[in-house]
Amino acid sequence: MIKVYVPKDSAARAVGADEVADAIVAEAAARKIDVKIIRNGSRGLLWLEPFVEVETAKGRVAFAPVEAGDVKSLFDSKFHEGGKHKLSLGLTEELPYLKNQERLTFARCGITDPLSLDDYISHGGFVGLKKALTMKGAEIVAEVTTSGLRGRGGAGFPTGIKWKTVHDAKAEQKYVCCNADEGDSGTFADRMVMEGDPFMLIEGMTIAGIAVGANKGFIYIRSEYPDAIRVMKDAIRIATTAKWLGQNIQGSAHSFSLEVRRGAGAYICGEETSMLESLEGKRGMVRAKPPIPALIGLFGKPTVINNVLSFAAVPYILAEGGKAYENYGMGRSRGTLPFQLAGNFKQGGLVEKAFGITLGQLINDFGGGTATGKPLRAVQVGGPLGAYLPASQLNLQMDYEAFAANGAMVGHGGVVVFDDSADMAAQARFAMEFCAIESCGKCTPCRIGSTRGVEVIDKIVAGIARDENLSLLDDLCQTMTDGSLCAMGGLTPMPVQSAIKYFPEDFDRPAKMQAAE
Amino acid sequence: MRGKHTLIDVRVTKPDAASVIASRYDNKPDALLEILHDLQHEVGHVPEAALPVLAKALNISRAEVHGVVSFYHEFRRKPAGRHVVKVCRAEACQSMKGNELAEAAQKSLKVKFGETTSDGAITLEAVYCLGLCATSPSLLVDERPMGRMTPQKFEALVKELAS
Repeated sequence: MIKVYVPKDSAARAVGADEVADAIVAEAAARKIDVKIIRNGSRGLLWLEPFVEVETAKGRVAFAPVEAGDVKSLFDSKFHEGGKHKLSLGLTEELPYLKNQERLTFARCGITDPLSLDDYISHGGFVGLKKALTMKGAEIVAEVTTSGLRGRGGAGFPTGIKWKTVHDAKAEQKYVCCNADEGDSGTFADRMVMEGDPFMLIEGMTIAGIAVGANKGFIYIRSEYPDAIRVMKDAIRIATTAKWLGQNIQGSAHSFSLEVRRGAGAYICGEETSMLESLEGKRGMVRAKPPIPALIGLFGKPTVINNVLSFAAVPYILAEGGKAYENYGMGRSRGTLPFQLAGNFKQGGLVEKAFGITLGQLINDFGGGTATGKPLRAVQVGGPLGAYLPASQLNLQMDYEAFAANGAMVGHGGVVVFDDSADMAAQARFAMEFCAIESCGKCTPCRIGSTRGVEVIDKIVAGIARDENLSLLDDLCQTMTDGSLCAMGGLTPMPVQSAIKYFPEDFDRPAKMQAAE
Repeated sequence: MRGKHTLIDVRVTKPDAASVIASRYDNKPDALLEILHDLQHEVGHVPEAALPVLAKALNISRAEVHGVVSFYHEFRRKPAGRHVVKVCRAEACQSMKGNELAEAAQKSLKVKFGETTSDGAITLEAVYCLGLCATSPSLLVDERPMGRMTPQKFEALVKELAS
């Protein structure tokens, strides 16, 4: 029997992976060849999806990008025996895009069948949890602290300190909540983990539960991710049946149960207190802090809230030791970050690297420049609230502090590139417009400021009292930065002000036309 | 307070569905979003008449139920078309001519975002990121993801959905 891998990741499905899988099954049956299709996660070379692999004695060989129409010719050239074809890429593991990464979190994604517990365990799964089951909560917290792991959702708060606060809190009931409301445009690493390696998230959350003394967890997944919701629910059911979740995990004294909750199209629910409100069945209105959720969180109880990638990093940290993870990275940014190359990339996909790689290395060495082949004009790192950077900033190292010092942020690791057709005034306007659409409405700077921001940018672009309006916009941005309750209103000025700073000519066009007349 | 509920459209009253779904979640108020999702999935939208039913079942006020339904973009107050097409309008898709796709989609279907075609076939909605950012521009047809979209491919999709 020949094993053929066709990813079931929704990015692969979006470009025809289901049709390719069907075509392979039909063609194999017609030729009476015994083929077993495994719907794996994605390897992350998304520009090459659908990325088909065949298991051979030498290892897995890749053929990509495959369309359903290619399947006949693939069989003609005996691809199922590793035969050469115009879509042959050779051994998957030898592809430079993969070989040059440092995959700790994404070590298994794309290799295994996401819902096979056997696969998960034979590829190093549950080693961390087994260790955690023999440790005291405080020891687990100390290991995570040693690793230097910081919140991968974007805020970069030290995970160990957060867990210690919940661990030390006295309460009968505590919770662990996973923020899987991955709403930032240009990010999809959470989705890939949930669709491609869901047991890793379950393992990480269970370790967190044991560490802080919580027996109940929730995964809040955005409704825009129907596949991830389905896979996570299945994975929880499978893990519970096999006693990796539920009462007395693997016969230990520890219990931990998990539940998936769906978001409903509100970007703001990626903000942790808004997410808590939503988990309680309410409008996603941001809560004032303090009190911090670590002390008064879900249903008023001490709560660990982390992003998918933070929890997903934990099994490695427990299995290999905090020190092993801490060995990667630079400065105070330790470990690796799964970067997401999105938008106008020749080679868009997932690149997990230690902190310290430069933006330029990510964009050129991995991304291969723009998909359109036109010169790069702007890069937005960290989602819709991240700064727009010009080509002159590509030597910036991916590091929380280095980015902050340059008025930008690493965020959740999304990198979106724009070619020279981009209108940066339009992008700045969109940032304000998006904030107006998605603001929860609780605080005035965000709710009203964003709408006024759109109006002022419109005036600037129209050349109406441009200098006065530019200074008014600057003042408005300052008010939003200082006076907003959360990062939504507080960071919306970042893309706006960076666009004005680095691309002033885009805010100056009508005046130039007037001058020419 | 019990007054006249003039907003209730009796023609789309589905009190049974709402109370059955609520009991599936043990009438827990924190499950309200889950309940609304299921209701929308089964009925096609969240009917006005379901709000007081849910309020009673979960022992919360009608204002609270209304507040939740109106807060979240996902919940629809009116019936949708036979298919719902959600086009991503966020930055990564913009960088790959997403705005042109959005314009072409509205022109092709002769509707604006949030509206349904006159034959009731397709409801067009805007969405901010589907996590398909390396195969952009992207959209979601019901629950089927589609990437590397072009206005031409969109035309073909519309034909397929109409048939």
